[in-house]
Amino acid sequence: MTTPKIVADTSVIKTMRKLRIPQTERNRELALLILAFIVNIAMVLLVQLGATGAIDTTLVSLTATLAALVLGLHVCLRYAAPRADPLLLPIVTVLNGIGIAMIYRLDLAEGYTGWAAFSTRQIVWSAIAIVAAITVILVVRNHRILFRYTYVFGLSAFVLLLLPLLPGIGKSVNGARVWIGIGDLLSFQPGEVAKIALAIFFAGYLVRTRDSLSLVGRRFLGIQFPRLRDLGPIVVVWALSMGVIVFQRDLGTALLYFGMFTVMIYVATGRLSWVLIGLGLFGGGAAIASQSLTYVNGRFNNWLDAFSQEVYDAQGGSFQLLQGIFGLAHGGLVGTGLGQGRPAITPLAESDYIIASLGEELGLAGIFAILALYLVFVGRGIRIGFMEGDDFGKLLSLGLAFTVALQVFIMVGGVTRVIPLTGLTTPFLAAGGSSLVANWIIVALLLRVSDSVKPPRNAEVSA
Amino acid sequence: MKKELRRVSVVVVAMFAALFMSTSVITVFQADSLAADPRNSRTLYDSYRTERGPILAGSEVIARSVATGDRFAFQRQYPEAELYSAVTGYFNPTQGSAGVERAMNDLLSGTSDLQFLDEINRIISGQPPKGAAVQVTIDPAVQRAAFDALGDLTGSVVAIEPDTGRILAMVSKPTYDPNILAGTDSTTVIDNYSALLEDDGDPLINRGIAGDLNPPGSTFKLVVATAAFESGDYAPETQLPNPASLTLPGTNTPVFNSGRGQCAGGGDTVSIADAIRYSCNIPFAELGMRLGDDVIRETAERYGFNESLSIPLSVESSVYPQVLDTPQTGLSSFGQSDVRATPLQMAMVSAGIANDGELMTPGLVDEVTGRNLEVLQGFEPSALDTTSTPETAESITQAMIASVSSGAATNARIDGVSVAGKTGTAENGSGDPYTLWFTGFAPAEDPQVAVAVVIEDGGGRGQDGSGNALAAPVAKKVLEAVLNE
Repeated sequence: MTTPKIVADTSVIKTMRKLRIPQTERNRELALLILAFIVNIAMVLLVQLGATGAIDTTLVSLTATLAALVLGLHVCLRYAAPRADPLLLPIVTVLNGIGIAMIYRLDLAEGYTGWAAFSTRQIVWSAIAIVAAITVILVVRNHRILFRYTYVFGLSAFVLLLLPLLPGIGKSVNGARVWIGIGDLLSFQPGEVAKIALAIFFAGYLVRTRDSLSLVGRRFLGIQFPRLRDLGPIVVVWALSMGVIVFQRDLGTALLYFGMFTVMIYVATGRLSWVLIGLGLFGGGAAIASQSLTYVNGRFNNWLDAFSQEVYDAQGGSFQLLQGIFGLAHGGLVGTGLGQGRPAITPLAESDYIIASLGEELGLAGIFAILALYLVFVGRGIRIGFMEGDDFGKLLSLGLAFTVALQVFIMVGGVTRVIPLTGLTTPFLAAGGSSLVANWIIVALLLRVSDSVKPPRNAEVSA
Repeated sequence: MKKELRRVSVVVVAMFAALFMSTSVITVFQADSLAADPRNSRTLYDSYRTERGPILAGSEVIARSVATGDRFAFQRQYPEAELYSAVTGYFNPTQGSAGVERAMNDLLSGTSDLQFLDEINRIISGQPPKGAAVQVTIDPAVQRAAFDALGDLTGSVVAIEPDTGRILAMVSKPTYDPNILAGTDSTTVIDNYSALLEDDGDPLINRGIAGDLNPPGSTFKLVVATAAFESGDYAPETQLPNPASLTLPGTNTPVFNSGRGQCAGGGDTVSIADAIRYSCNIPFAELGMRLGDDVIRETAERYGFNESLSIPLSVESSVYPQVLDTPQTGLSSFGQSDVRATPLQMAMVSAGIANDGELMTPGLVDEVTGRNLEVLQGFEPSALDTTSTPETAESITQAMIASVSSGAATNARIDGVSVAGKTGTAENGSGDPYTLWFTGFAPAEDPQVAVAVVIEDGGGRGQDGSGNALAAPVAKKVLEAVLNE
């Protein structure tokens, strides 16, 4: 008697569930986003009160505009990727906002206003970046399309990397030739976007070739080493990184590319030998570079001997590094409070040293909160790999998430003397348009892939 | 793939753990040493920005921070600048500091560990940074009396409350105006500082506790007498030989009494009490040589010689030399040879005698109060050492009373009050002006103040001045200032 009723009801319930279940993820996201907006606007207000003692509504409304754009992205996700991870967007929204507040605070200290202000440009770039992310979400309805164009992405990454070396459009800033632009009007670091193209290329390439990279080879000292001819790809990537070091004078980017590739090939093949070969190659290359290239050598000196007066006084010496560390120390546990410290003493406080600026005014507590946000973000990216889904998507998310982790490590580690400082951007925080656009695209791709995966059936790993 | 992903996750966590550690090390464990790095300009700006706590003497504010209205925010002001310069010193964020300003800097600037919770509260409540207030033990009336009595003479006065160790007055002349070193214009400050450094009067030196120390002369006989009475072999009435001159063993140089004749009105012998009263050199040289330098040194060290002291300004240690031969011991017994003392040290000798042989640790800071008027640090009297038995102290006191009432220190007499005192007129080498001393306390039966006065350069009279003529009247004014309260 009851059986027909149940059948009729299940079809309705099924349809409703299709609509409802995804909404729970998006509703969570919305709740967290509202929290992120409150934090962002509160930070701008605190900066104004701390630095000038008065409220200026211009920047508040600009921040609100960005919030509206993020809400637009959120709405897009409701239709185009309803099951996407709910933590990624709120985390980057709040990081982006913290960055803008600190850059704005430094503008106030330096007296920059209007288009001369880093914060204005950062907000515009943020808007462009969010729109780019929306576009990616809407255009790339299934990330497996990217797999089809593996080699196109590989080639475009290569071209993008070469662009700054072309006369006419290539530009050198602070010694690194990684920019393209016409005059001062438009500057862009194609390497930032190349990073994404490379990640797609690596993921596609490794998924195709991992059998030959992992199965064939000789065992030595208990570790299976690959055949010589299979070394081709890693040697090419290594050569590419070394080219970046030598011709573009950009140690950080080289480290980033190479680290990304090594981790992806390791996860794809499960062979530790690739990590050993990779570390050996890069270590050797970096050692030679540190001896033969003066700028690399200088970076190492600044790192090892930062407090020596000689290194401190040298051109391109540790002056900046120490000022950043003094700023961090000045902040102490709880910081001076927004607008109350003196982060502007450190040169490049809004880009390379943004974490030192934040540490000075928000203290160790603030830095821990920011690092924790990054850690959760990266964790959510790696988590995709533990889900049920296609290997290309999983490998791509790992590569992208690891890039963010590595960039944070290289920048924060560089400022705090864990490793030599190299010029990268701290993702989402630091002033810089190319980096913002690239990182928001990474977010879009992670959102896209996370929408396609399902929790594992035998929930072995409860993420 | 999952095994590899787990390993990569571990690597990522390890990378972040390294960042958590490096940032903690910098902001917490190395924060103090980084803040002290001279290249850290943030520390410098902070020191301008902080409203340093005031320094108070009695109810008088003797140092305060005033708003400058420019980017420096605050600078130091000293209302009674010259009167208190030996106490306050000066403070300049870029050019250094001295005195209480230097010794109490972490509390005055609000950065001491005692103020850690204060600082947290301040950040949370959003109040501007403000240092603690330091109340010094100086009594403005006594300080002013000492300052006026010393007039234009080069020298110093230190007065101590014998039963607590509180320093009631500390004056050093010539003095200087710390205001000219507190300004925000570095060039002017450096010029002013150089001028003070080159000044022949060395006004930057606090003669009360530092500088080129003077031989204590006959005031040191109080120490030798203590050693003698404490040995048990001597009493005040013990007789000592009283010749008109004494050639020290192994030398050709004769030693004379100050009057170049027999001491204490003649006689072949003189009692120790009278030798103190009339300040006889030869009997004391004899006594010292019999006691030996080890015994004298041991007593001197109980009074504080050969020891560094922090009040909390660092005090240069007074010296009783480590090795002396017999003739040097003889000379040291009336405070010559290489014996050197600060006025604070000689005031401590009097204070020890005045307090029945118990010497209290001298101190200049009475109380430190935080921004919410909570007491961060108080003055707790503590004994530095036991210098003698009460009986010994009483014997010496009687001889010192006799010295003032009808002996060598009569210029310190105060009507109706029994003053105990001892003068000193120390030689600095043939032809050089004498150093003139007085140390004593009053009232002798219930001492409220112990004082030491030193006047350098013979008080402008070369070798014609004496401790009784010049130093005793200064001390008298200081004692009166205390007794009149």
